[in-house]
Amino acid sequence: MSVLHNVCKVAALAGCLILGQAAAHAASAEKGKTLFMTYGCFQCHGTVGQGGNAGPRLAPNPLPYEALANFVRTTNRQMPPYREAVLPNEDLADIYAYLQSVPPTPDYKTIPLLNN
Amino acid sequence: MRGRRRFLRAVAGGATAGALAPLGAAAGAASEANAKAAATPRRTDTVPVPAAAETTNPPVEPVLSQGRPNADFMVDVIKALDIKYLPANCASSYRGIHESLINYGGNKMPEFLTCTHEESAVGMAHGYFKIAGKPLMTLCHGTVGLQHATMGIYNAWCDRVPVIVVGGNDLDAARRAPGVPTYHSGQDINAMVRDITKWDDNPVSLQHFAQSFVRAYKMSMTPPYEPVMIALDGGLQEEPMNEHSGNLYIPKYIKSAPPHADTAALRDAAKLLVNAENPVIVVDRMARSQNGVNLLVQLAELVQVPVVDQSNRMNFPNTHHLNQSEQAQALIRNADLIVGLEVSDFWNTVNLFIDNGLDNGFGARQSRVKPGTKLVTISSAELNQKSNYQDFQRFQSVDISMVGDAEASLPYFIDAVKSAISGDRKAAYEKRGEAMKKAWTQSHERSRQTAAVGWNAAPISVPRLTAEVWAQIKDMDYSLVSSRGGIGAWPNRLFKMERHHHWLGGSGGGGVGYGLPASVGAAHANNKLGRFSVSFQGDGDMMFAPGAMWTAARHKIPYLSVLHNNKGYHQEVMHVQRMSNRRNRVANLGTVIKDMGPVGTRIENPDVNYAKLAESMGWWATPPISDPAELGPALKRAVEVVKSGQPALVDVVSQPR
Repeated sequence: MSVLHNVCKVAALAGCLILGQAAAHAASAEKGKTLFMTYGCFQCHGTVGQGGNAGPRLAPNPLPYEALANFVRTTNRQMPPYREAVLPNEDLADIYAYLQSVPPTPDYKTIPLLNN
Repeated sequence: MRGRRRFLRAVAGGATAGALAPLGAAAGAASEANAKAAATPRRTDTVPVPAAAETTNPPVEPVLSQGRPNADFMVDVIKALDIKYLPANCASSYRGIHESLINYGGNKMPEFLTCTHEESAVGMAHGYFKIAGKPLMTLCHGTVGLQHATMGIYNAWCDRVPVIVVGGNDLDAARRAPGVPTYHSGQDINAMVRDITKWDDNPVSLQHFAQSFVRAYKMSMTPPYEPVMIALDGGLQEEPMNEHSGNLYIPKYIKSAPPHADTAALRDAAKLLVNAENPVIVVDRMARSQNGVNLLVQLAELVQVPVVDQSNRMNFPNTHHLNQSEQAQALIRNADLIVGLEVSDFWNTVNLFIDNGLDNGFGARQSRVKPGTKLVTISSAELNQKSNYQDFQRFQSVDISMVGDAEASLPYFIDAVKSAISGDRKAAYEKRGEAMKKAWTQSHERSRQTAAVGWNAAPISVPRLTAEVWAQIKDMDYSLVSSRGGIGAWPNRLFKMERHHHWLGGSGGGGVGYGLPASVGAAHANNKLGRFSVSFQGDGDMMFAPGAMWTAARHKIPYLSVLHNNKGYHQEVMHVQRMSNRRNRVANLGTVIKDMGPVGTRIENPDVNYAKLAESMGWWATPPISDPAELGPALKRAVEVVKSGQPALVDVVSQPR
């Protein structure tokens, strides 16, 4: 997560441009869930963005859109960048709406199996 | 070869005297050519033999009229080494010793474990050793069988595990049958695995076999443990031993003391360790036994040094406050001393590599450590490296490099550290220990909170899957015999791992198809010790050679196999995705049939019915479970089935990783 948070600080121009374009699009969490699967995001981040062995947690409470979008477009870390030719802005906005829709995580202390 | 010629003469004479009677109806109609062939001790070499010769009896068989067969003595040699089991797939090129093992040897010590694939046989031997600490032997055709076995041998090589591989071979081109038996022969079958075995030989006499077999066993069992290979001539197996029998002997096996690091170098390393402000010990295949775990705890506690367990073995209890594996990156970045004990990839421990295509395709590389950080290693890997396969990884320069077995070196290292500690450092150690206790608690809680994310997701999350399994086995003496792949380190985070047998580590070479047979082999050893074996089984891994399930049922080897069914080869998904993105192309999920990942990486459409597959081979199995609420009860039933003596498979439709 530290990488993503660092990216958040430098999101700036690219993210703002994407945000501007996406704002004109009425993002759909339902469509975003489907796209989250078909673009393969779930392969590393899990079907509800919970994160896994190959990718960090994205949801609940995703990063600000501009930070996430900037990372998706420009990352040179383990995750390959998804440029607009591969992942259109509208689809990215839908995916973000899906991540925002993921309900909060319960405190692990309320889950008996995690207190064994 | 003189013995064989005498045997030929003896048998030919016997035939003249009517000692060789044609056997069976087919033999009764034998032609003159076949009658001449009857004078040879083995299959005809005058008439081309079709492929059926591999599966049917030859028209006539010679009768061994005098002496015991050489293979009986070979069995005596094998028994002398206390080899308990023989996982193998049958093959004509070792028929001589096969017959001796089950009839003369009574199928005991070793007992034949019928396998349906040579790779599975090696995998079983691999898993068995990790529990029993004793190697098994396997037999195979020296060509086609050995080719099947090779990937398993490579895994064992990379994982530093001894397996004694014996390949049958018909060396004598003048006598072996044409057709398939000749396809199954080679001049130097050992060449195929020479780069991934510690030692090999091709004995040409019975005494030579005895020496070579004992030597092979001894060398494989001297750290670093590795597979060894013996080529076994078919003629040598089948000849009578009358020529040699008076003087034959079995060399006594005395286990070699393992090599330890140079004591002067250990003293230098100890001085660095006691004076370092932020030392870290990194371990990978360090502990060969519980003794290794105990010694490492002793060393760490002396100076309250955190331990990062890369966990290709269970090296250090995860309930101990000095187990800081979850803080590995932070500790390494902040370290002024890193001591690596049997670390397979030290370069990648102290450097970061990102496969992002930067730097003209070389990828990003950056040091993980501060300038001036001292690096120390103890490893036995240098003692037997070969140059072809690259399991030695990238080269990393270090400040003190010690060649030797780390577990054998620890008592000397501990003594050196005790001698080097000065009284004025003890307060600093106590302070560090308190900080580690706090960090361990925070890490413990963080892991559980991370596990809670997606807790009720379907497909079932990997942490949920892990926690559900733990709930069923936590009160038993358990052994996690195989895992990894998409499961990652979750068992190491959620299970209590305190004993060496609680976790056996991975495959070694990353060759897919290890998990299933290694689990069967390890479970067999665990069952003899009254332990409950559990495995997280990858679906892709299972599909390589599922016949190992039948071996488990046939030989009454119960264990719990929890299928991490993510319907794909997820390690490869991101490789294809990365290439697609790098080239600005959308990954192709299929045109007519859409999969949930790039074409060629998924096992779906149709889904495999693993329950039917397992049940067909004598297992108890569940249908696929994707509702997390159903998982606990299914696992509970499966545990009871295993306790009753039957292997059980719980098919869990899971998140990819």
